[in-house]
Amino acid sequence: MHLLLYHIGRYVLLLKKVFSRPEKGRVYLNQTLDELVTIGFNSVGIVVIISIFMGAVITLQTAYNIENPLIPIYLIGLGTRDSMILEFSSTVVGLVLAGKVGSNIASEIGTMRVTEQIDALEIMGINSASFLILPKILAAVIFFPFLTVISMFVGIFGGWAAGVLTGAVSSTAFIYGLQYAFVPFYVVYALIKTIVFAFIIVSVSAYEGYYCQGGALEVGRASTRAVVYSSLVILLFNVIITQLLLAK
Amino acid sequence: MIEVQNISKSFADKKVLQNISVTFETGKTNLIIGQSGSGKTVLMKLLVGLIEVDEGNIFFDGRNFTVMDFKERKNVRKEFGMVFQGGALFDSLTVLENVVFPLNVFSNMSKSEKIDRAQFCLKRVNLENAGHLYPSEISGGMKKRVAIARAIALNPKYLFCDEPNSGLDPQTSIVIDNLIKEITDEYQMTTIINTHDMNSVMEIGDKIVFIYKGSKLWEGSKHDIMQSECDELNDFIFASEFTRLIKKHF
Ligand SMILES: Nc1ncnc2c1ncn2[C@@H]1O[C@H](COP(=O)(O)OP(=O)(O)OP(=O)(O)O)[C@@H](O)[C@H]1O
Ligand SMILES: [Mg+2]
Repeated sequence: MHLLLYHIGRYVLLLKKVFSRPEKGRVYLNQTLDELVTIGFNSVGIVVIISIFMGAVITLQTAYNIENPLIPIYLIGLGTRDSMILEFSSTVVGLVLAGKVGSNIASEIGTMRVTEQIDALEIMGINSASFLILPKILAAVIFFPFLTVISMFVGIFGGWAAGVLTGAVSSTAFIYGLQYAFVPFYVVYALIKTIVFAFIIVSVSAYEGYYCQGGALEVGRASTRAVVYSSLVILLFNVIITQLLLAK
Repeated sequence: MIEVQNISKSFADKKVLQNISVTFETGKTNLIIGQSGSGKTVLMKLLVGLIEVDEGNIFFDGRNFTVMDFKERKNVRKEFGMVFQGGALFDSLTVLENVVFPLNVFSNMSKSEKIDRAQFCLKRVNLENAGHLYPSEISGGMKKRVAIARAIALNPKYLFCDEPNSGLDPQTSIVIDNLIKEITDEYQMTTIINTHDMNSVMEIGDKIVFIYKGSKLWEGSKHDIMQSECDELNDFIFASEFTRLIKKHF
């Protein structure tokens, strides 16, 4: 408990440092553009792949579970749509990104810490926390919503393809289901979650890296912790945000 | 000139440095020597403000660095150059970009002026053809030299080198030592070097400060060191058969 409070306190102080005293604006712009590529663009591939397969599995599972002939078959399309939008494209994609992006950030910043590159920045009078972390936060918060939207479309497409190819559902029924009782707010809810998760992934991972001490072994541990803790915090906030936004 | 007055530092309950006072003069290579773990790196990090002192004051040509806030310190730090124990080059940047980096932060030069200046510094350390390489593609000795080039890019008044030649062969070490010495003379910098290399001590030790378990036990020049009466210092210097042999024939 003591330790938890210590970490939360130090995390908050780090964030304060991240959002204070920015250096030259142009430097940030360039850094953020670079990070958009490393953090965002380079994650498109993995998001597309997992989304296709997740959409396919949801469709097939829903199809096999509908045994009662009274349940209309188009509900498969509706189920795939809502599962993707509500949970998979934001939370599951968030967890996958925590693994990919989080470990990456923690090891990058951790390496900079143990090889004194962060000290080298500080000695030049640069606010290293802000210089290293802010562009990553901005990039993730800007780009992750696009990943979520991509995941929604690709996932639903994967569901449609799996349903039609296996003959579990006809194309017309699936598409009718997709349009049936659509709640646009679900998309907004998913995007809000994504933005929060983006912030969590980058800030928690950066925290682990920034306060890493020791050598290569410690960097490895920090990167594992980054994935574990950012995943846990994501799951926690998933519950909190859902209660706040969806509870009637 | 850097004046250190009565500084002390502890981590948790552990006293790392106790009541150190020393003056480092302009245009000289000042060496801090001592065993591994004696507190050399901590002392250097206190000087540059990477760690805060518990007690005492540090003056850079009369300016009390210890009491300054971040902004005031930044003004003094413009005059710092530092070579870290491991080089601390930015992995994601090329050699040339590493040297340009401090110029981007502090100077108002145009892009081509910055590149000219960086090339000049690289030439100074005989690396004018390595600008396009990444740190992972060059040897340890080259990294140290790039780190020196980056440290002198802004023409610093104060140069800090934490074990600039640890892990290098004796010949390369001497090259780097002499390079630092030359630059110090040429630009009249106040240079401070952490080392436990006796070759460096005898080669470039204008002033030598011996730290033992966190306290300053001895100071003098390379000319005095062979006759010192400080037992701990003698144990430190004449730790090997080789150095004892030298002492006998001295
Ligand atoms: N951030 C820190 N927290 C706690 N203890 C520290 C910290 N930094 C250094 N120390 C301790 O201070 C002592 C001096 O360390 P320092 O790195 O200054 O040694 P050094 O003389 O530079 O050694 P070396 O020649 O091996 O580099 C060591 O016992 C070390 O454990
Ligand atoms: Mg050291």
